[in-house]
Amino acid sequence: MEQFFQQLLNGLAVGGIYALVALGYTMVYGVLKLINFAHGDLFTIGAYLGLTLLISCNIAGMLPPAAAVLAVFVMVGCLVAILGVILERAAYRPLRDAGRLSAVVSALGASIFFQNAIMLIYGARYYVYPDFLRPNFTVHLLGVAVPGVRLLVIGTSVGLMLLLWAFIHRTRIGAAVRAVAIDPDAARLMGINVDAVISLVFLVGPALGGVAGLMVGIYYGQVDFTMGWMYGLKAFTAAILGGIGNIPGAMLGGMLLGLLESLSAAYVAMAWKDAIAFLVLILILIARPTGILGERTAEKL
Amino acid sequence: MNRRVFAIALGIAICLLPLVSNAYWTDVCVSIGIYALLALSLNVILGQAGIFHMGHAAFFAVGAYVTGVCNTIQHIPILWLMPVSGLAAAVFAYLVARPIIHLRGDYLLVVTIGIVEIVRIALLNDLFGLTGGSNGTFGIARPEFLGFRIVKGIHFYYLVWGMVGATLLLFHGLWRSRFGRALNCIKEDDIASECCGIDVSGYKLAAFVLGAFWAGMAGTVYAAKMTTIAPESFNFMESVIVFAVVILSGGSQLGVLVSTFLFIGLPELLREFASARMLLFGLAMMGMMIWRPQGLLPPLARRYGGGLKSAAPDAMKDGPP
Repeated sequence: MEQFFQQLLNGLAVGGIYALVALGYTMVYGVLKLINFAHGDLFTIGAYLGLTLLISCNIAGMLPPAAAVLAVFVMVGCLVAILGVILERAAYRPLRDAGRLSAVVSALGASIFFQNAIMLIYGARYYVYPDFLRPNFTVHLLGVAVPGVRLLVIGTSVGLMLLLWAFIHRTRIGAAVRAVAIDPDAARLMGINVDAVISLVFLVGPALGGVAGLMVGIYYGQVDFTMGWMYGLKAFTAAILGGIGNIPGAMLGGMLLGLLESLSAAYVAMAWKDAIAFLVLILILIARPTGILGERTAEKL
Repeated sequence: MNRRVFAIALGIAICLLPLVSNAYWTDVCVSIGIYALLALSLNVILGQAGIFHMGHAAFFAVGAYVTGVCNTIQHIPILWLMPVSGLAAAVFAYLVARPIIHLRGDYLLVVTIGIVEIVRIALLNDLFGLTGGSNGTFGIARPEFLGFRIVKGIHFYYLVWGMVGATLLLFHGLWRSRFGRALNCIKEDDIASECCGIDVSGYKLAAFVLGAFWAGMAGTVYAAKMTTIAPESFNFMESVIVFAVVILSGGSQLGVLVSTFLFIGLPELLREFASARMLLFGLAMMGMMIWRPQGLLPPLARRYGGGLKSAAPDAMKDGPP
């Protein structure tokens, strides 16, 4: 039973990370109908930027631990967000009126570009993450010893998700984002600056993705330049699982996928856990292509 | 017409190349040829039918592994295995594509990525105890043709490029047929095609199966050339490279050849930039979509008409190459 609880919490932690990355996919898909393949690599960039800030800039040495954690999270989020906006300007905006395939190919190109840029800058090896950000306390929960880092990851991702949910559903700017997702042309006629909304989505999504990358570094203690690809694919699976374009759906899908993966790794077969995740994706698309909570994108013939 | 001159010049150059180049470049051209076969087969699915399929390495892997396993365990000669591998890949493609073929573009893209990953993981985990896990299958025999053993690079060169030539001719005929017109129509607008009475799912499935058959045969050639195959040769990046080659080509067969040379061959010439090769590849993909979204050499517009003469084959000689 204890192993089950541990796997459950591990699943929630991994699921929280998937959910944060999935939010970036689902928001971009909502407004642009584009699978932003480069999102997974922005996630990797988040992890590597965190590494640079921690080791080369020695943030942890300058600030008390709690402030250092917060500072690194905020700085990584901001830097990756800026990169996301640049990406949209350079690679996607010129293709706004072109076919959907063009934008997808451009996104793939951007993904390959980022991945290799990281490889050229940092080298083709994996890095061990510094562990002084890793909280070393354990909490006893219902008789189970839970590592603090697990709680930190779950807490951060749930907190960010609630923040995003409130932003999208409780503010005027959030209403504009939802309006553009439903119908960009009508939104423009209502006086919404669609370009600004798209830029905003490319600011918020990559920021969450970058923070998720940082959390993976802290949680697993190791990063490599190709990791964004697998996380990106899993997160996209999560977004489809919950219903693409649907923000609560991405959160639910991410959590479910994380739980499924950690339980199947523990009780079915470790080596097949990635294959199981993709199998779920395929089955979902065949059986219920709109996902669990339903798709929130306008489909026109 | 310029294109025809260019195509003939390219053909002659390919025929004469191994006579003037050294063993290294002949080998490079063999791998370009294998990529060209793969790209031409993906062109059936992606270029002609417009199906976003990014899992072509899966079919290539099925072909290569069927060849590898049957040859090392049963010692069946390689050239006999070529149609068998093609058939195996085609059956596999039929089984996986059947339930997903109706999905809309980008969903299909993700599913095919999932398939290529599942195939790679299955091979890595030594499926049925036959594939050899992460080490792969080795000791694959050389092909033999009427007592002539194909061993040297130059032999493979003519085998591979001979296959490419045959493929070009065959597919050229195919694009001028009813089948080709139906696929092009589906690519333009599948709902309108459905309304015109075209069996959209049937034709899409047929394109998948045909493309997979060819990819399976390319897998045989690859296995015979390498004599060792491992799961990592069939990862998702291979699929992306072939996908990008087809997209950047614009969809005509000549375009596919040119873009294979550009994107697979050119990086070999620029060895000193080897580590930046994929970086430039990514940039090229972005740049092409922005400045030349139709690709390098899009197919020429089909020409019909000419009254009763249109039934004669030469009335369409400016059709898609």
